Amino acid sequence: MARVQLFDVAIARSGDKGDGSNVGIKARTPELYEFLRANLTTAVVKEHFKEICFGDVKRYELPNLQVLNFILEDSLGGGGTETLIMDAQGKVHSLALLHMEMDIPDALLA
Amino acid sequence: MSQDKTVLIANGQGFWGDSLLGPLRLVEEGPLDYLTLDYLAEVTMSIMQKQKLRNPEAGYATDFVEMLRQILPTCQKKGIKVIANAGGVNPKGCLEAIQKVVKELGMTGIKIGIVEGDDILEQLPELIASGEKFKNLDNGDAVDSILDKMSSANVYIGAKPIVDALAQGADIVVTGRSTDPSLVLAPLIYEFGWSMDDFDKLAAGTVMGHILECGAQCTGGNYNDWRNVPDFARIGYPVVEAKADGTFVVTKHEGTGGLVNIDTVTSQLMYELGDPVNYLGPDCTSDFTTIKLEQDGVNRVRVSGVKGSAPTPTYKVSMSYEDGYKIVGQLTYTGPDAIEKANLGAAILFERVGMYGKPIPEADRFVELFGTNVCYKGIVKQEQEPSEVLLRVGAKSHDKNLLNILARELAPLITSGPVGVTGFAAGRPRPTEIVGYWPALIDKTKVTTRVIVEEV
Repeated sequence: MARVQLFDVAIARSGDKGDGSNVGIKARTPELYEFLRANLTTAVVKEHFKEICFGDVKRYELPNLQVLNFILEDSLGGGGTETLIMDAQGKVHSLALLHMEMDIPDALLA
Repeated sequence: MSQDKTVLIANGQGFWGDSLLGPLRLVEEGPLDYLTLDYLAEVTMSIMQKQKLRNPEAGYATDFVEMLRQILPTCQKKGIKVIANAGGVNPKGCLEAIQKVVKELGMTGIKIGIVEGDDILEQLPELIASGEKFKNLDNGDAVDSILDKMSSANVYIGAKPIVDALAQGADIVVTGRSTDPSLVLAPLIYEFGWSMDDFDKLAAGTVMGHILECGAQCTGGNYNDWRNVPDFARIGYPVVEAKADGTFVVTKHEGTGGLVNIDTVTSQLMYELGDPVNYLGPDCTSDFTTIKLEQDGVNRVRVSGVKGSAPTPTYKVSMSYEDGYKIVGQLTYTGPDAIEKANLGAAILFERVGMYGKPIPEADRFVELFGTNVCYKGIVKQEQEPSEVLLRVGAKSHDKNLLNILARELAPLITSGPVGVTGFAAGRPRPTEIVGYWPALIDKTKVTTRVIVEEV
């Protein structure tokens, strides 16, 4: 087991969806995808974004692309056009997610 | 139809304000059949409606017309057709402006097509009378509350009217609010003769459109492994080699910067994605869980396997309404005690605004100290004592004058507040209108599009 940031095992992109954002995360290998599918749950993501996301977190799976797609509701400080915050469109929610640290089996990190 | 036929489609504009170098270089630096350009975001239509109110000839993307002036001679020489949703709320005005440019260039034999019918702002009363509800798709709210504040209402139309314009020989097609993928799907339907009920093919074209619609975001832009991306300055905008069977290769012109690999394409597929199994569009529903990607040589990614199904009986409608004003100004506070002084500065500002007679309610105030992990709040450990922070301070209000008072009282904090303020170079901020966004649905049978093709 090694404690690593998700930067080491995945890439991500995010953007706005109404008053929330979507964060897609792609695992770097099929094995890491299975690990993230099992461990990167909506509860884990909601806890990680607890000071940013004030609504529900939904998750969709795209095994063909090794992608998990998260929807973070109410995460932009109001609607995309009325919010005053710097990251008004959730552009860096992707990197915010990749800051998460997880204990990942050594075999998956080889 | 030869299975070997390849159609080359590029996107040179990911949003209104994207680099002019995209389209200029795409038409010069390699072979191309179609150049598509995406100009519209949710709030763009509202801005354009206001421009049209002031000037009946305005209300479209004027920079598109100026860009055309630069690329049209090359497009005519190479036979490149141009498709853009640059018509805004006045495609007819855009048509006339393009005709003027073509004449000024001394060119002839150019056919320009426009698609109208997406703008339903003036028909709203009769549409509502006929039973359309226009309930807010996000929260289910009834439309009555914003009807008198509505500033734009546009239907996201599909590829068919663009296909019709191409079939009438158009070299340039300009639409109002068509979906971004439709700009790419239309030439495929036209070139390969795809049927409008061949949903797997329509879905493949829609996925292609989604990959292309943000320009260089699929060729290395905004990509995590940015150190691996060569020559960002000359980043190649995406070019697709499309086949009649719905498969295609995403690539870019030889010699350009940037990178096309499975990860750069996947990054864009994830962008603004909702439910991947039901990606709703006007012409089909696409299933993103069926997409297959393979590296097919350097800077080439092959896309295949896309499945689709019949579209829903409704079109999406994008409405916008006036929802008051907002303002944000900024000052830089340096340490020691940068955070404490910036917070004090904001408090003084709101107190002084109140001394003019009308305080800004707490709930409408906004304070953000940039440099204290505002983008990664609660995620990255905050530095206890940053040596400098950017105070972003502002408010929302339906009273524009109240926000102007706040704007005026910002600079005085430099000389009459705590020490260590600098960086007022941006000057006095101005209140801007808040454009409320209202997504809704409309029965497809209530929408009629019109295609006009005229030759210069």
